[in-house]
Amino acid sequence: MKVLVPVKRVIDYNVKARVKSDQTGVDLANVKMSMNPFDEIAVEEAVRLRDGKEHHAAGTATEIVVVSIGVTQAQETIRTALAMGADRGILIQSDADLEPLAVAKLLKAVVDEEKPDLVLLGKQSIDGDNNAVGQMLAALLDWPQATFAGKLVIADGTATVTREVDGGLQTLAAPLPAVVTVDLRLNTPRYASLPNIMKAKKKEIAVKAVADYGVDVADRLKVLKVTEPPKRSAGIKVADAAELVSKLKTAGVL
Amino acid sequence: MAVLVIADRDGDTVRDTTHKTVTAALALSGDVDVLVLGDGAKAAAAAAAKIKGVRKVLSADSPALGHQLAEAVAATVVGLAAGYDAILSPATTDGKNFMPRIAAALDVAPISDIIEVVSTDTFVRPIYAGNALETVQSSDGKKVITVRPTAFTAAEEGGSAAIEAAKVVDAGRGASFVSEEMVKSDRPELGAAKIVVSGGRALGSAEEFHAVMDPLADKLGAAVGASRAAVDAGYAPNDYQVGQTGKVVAPALYIAIGISGAIQHLAGMKDSKIIVAINKDPDAPIFQVADFGIVADYKVAVPELMTALG
Ligand SMILES: Cc1cc2nc3c(=O)[nH]c(=O)nc-3n(C[C@H](O)[C@H](O)[C@H](O)COP(=O)(O)OP(=O)(O)OC[C@H]3O[C@@H](n4cnc5c(N)ncnc54)[C@H](O)[C@@H]3O)c2cc1C
Ligand SMILES: Nc1ncnc2c1ncn2[C@@H]1O[C@H](COP(=O)(O)O)[C@@H](O)[C@H]1O
Repeated sequence: MKVLVPVKRVIDYNVKARVKSDQTGVDLANVKMSMNPFDEIAVEEAVRLRDGKEHHAAGTATEIVVVSIGVTQAQETIRTALAMGADRGILIQSDADLEPLAVAKLLKAVVDEEKPDLVLLGKQSIDGDNNAVGQMLAALLDWPQATFAGKLVIADGTATVTREVDGGLQTLAAPLPAVVTVDLRLNTPRYASLPNIMKAKKKEIAVKAVADYGVDVADRLKVLKVTEPPKRSAGIKVADAAELVSKLKTAGVL
Repeated sequence: MAVLVIADRDGDTVRDTTHKTVTAALALSGDVDVLVLGDGAKAAAAAAAKIKGVRKVLSADSPALGHQLAEAVAATVVGLAAGYDAILSPATTDGKNFMPRIAAALDVAPISDIIEVVSTDTFVRPIYAGNALETVQSSDGKKVITVRPTAFTAAEEGGSAAIEAAKVVDAGRGASFVSEEMVKSDRPELGAAKIVVSGGRALGSAEEFHAVMDPLADKLGAAVGASRAAVDAGYAPNDYQVGQTGKVVAPALYIAIGISGAIQHLAGMKDSKIIVAINKDPDAPIFQVADFGIVADYKVAVPELMTALG
């Protein structure tokens, strides 16, 4: 089984985003960038499917291809995935911050070329908080989708996915090929070891241009402005529970 | 312009997330229809018909729609899309699951998790864990939008819309339902509760989490939430997670116990009216957003709080 894992380069999750004073966006100059945390989980699961771990038999996956759409530096994100164990990478270079619809169309073109049996994506990128690309890719391919995976079992050409949903857990069976998006509890991603980082340097990254795929990536949304949310100011420390209860009564919430 | 709201169905009724989404829809147009999908959706359709301001309720009733699976929901909604300029759903896990699929099938850019309707084509949505608000204008002929329920008031009851059967379209190849494991609770739903008490990593075990949080929640009539760390460690079910990638809540009162206040957690609760934090570290970031803070061990502070509440 061949697995395709789309990975996005985003602001590091430890960094608090700051809005630019001209309200055109978020200031990313000199900000630490990393692989989207959900995508690390997707890469980890793919590596486990290939190498075997817990309920995954070794060899369930035979090849892992990672793909990133973004600026030249997104190669670093791909390298990180290769150091975690992915086999090869594709960078579709774009200086524009493409919308989920455009990303999904490019990924569909990659799927048409690579013919994976499974596409494993993060459920959400932590910059745009869209939670959209996986579902959109599934629609464009007309493939089954199983989002928000907390557990994944591959057997007999079917992905059995336990999904984290409002109210609890739901398990679906998706015949392959399918699109699965991953949630936080699926696994804990590994740190790449030094030897594996060295090995990753020799792995292939094919660099492509958006134009190579012949899809319409025009923006449909125009960002009119990006502003700061209303600030909450710190309140007061109270001495004890009795004082707290009296304050809450005065505030009318008890 | 006509707007279709996809209801968040709860058995024989619809959740108040539906009423809130109707409010967002009414900000776009007076012509708002509600679609209720499911296997045996009639009672829920009748409930939706009572929402004030609704023009018509469409009932898509089929065994194929029983679990709101994305493939089936998308096929049916796409079949109805010709009659609408905008399609809205609450940003529940169901809505997040099927709305982008609908958008891509219609070749439309979805707009996720809006908190404000500026005009018929312009919306505000949080990005970067709520640390920035983006105002976007859509050039698509049709809008496909998920609505953050906590940002809108619920449309009132008192309507009497007509109910029509909607055409159910077969999805073809898709995933199939296997099983579900829902968390049973007599407490209010996290998203709708007036008071939420949330526990973090400090609670240390599932037993301790329940021993501390449950009696407090019962005393306050509150829902129980948790940080990611508490859920990851198995102290609380996944459904309890409050935050950027969990549930967004905005109750009148939010009490965070043993939660540090990471940006991802704040993203899910900072719009609460009053925030209380109990944390033994006076420098915990949660205190920067808390209206009232108690710097103490929860093992001391929570029993005292129980006593003070009487
Ligand atoms: C992609 C991604 C998505 C995420 N999404 C979410 C999300 O949706 N929601 C979320 O919550 N987090 C999320 N996180 C995790 C987040 O970054 C934090 O790791 C998490 O919120 C920390 O949980 P915590 O506050 O319970 O634990 P900690 O940060 O470990 O804090 C525990 C706190 O308890 C206090 N404490 C310890 N003992 C006691 C005691 N006896 N009495 C009183 N206080 C005590 C400590 O002082 C500390 O402040 C996400 C992270 C990533 C990378
Ligand atoms: N530019 C991109 N390049 C590669 N993968 C992406 C890109 N944008 C989004 N994705 C994938 O789609 C998932 C969901 O992203 P989003 O819909 O933007 O929240 C991410 O976790 C990635 O797996």
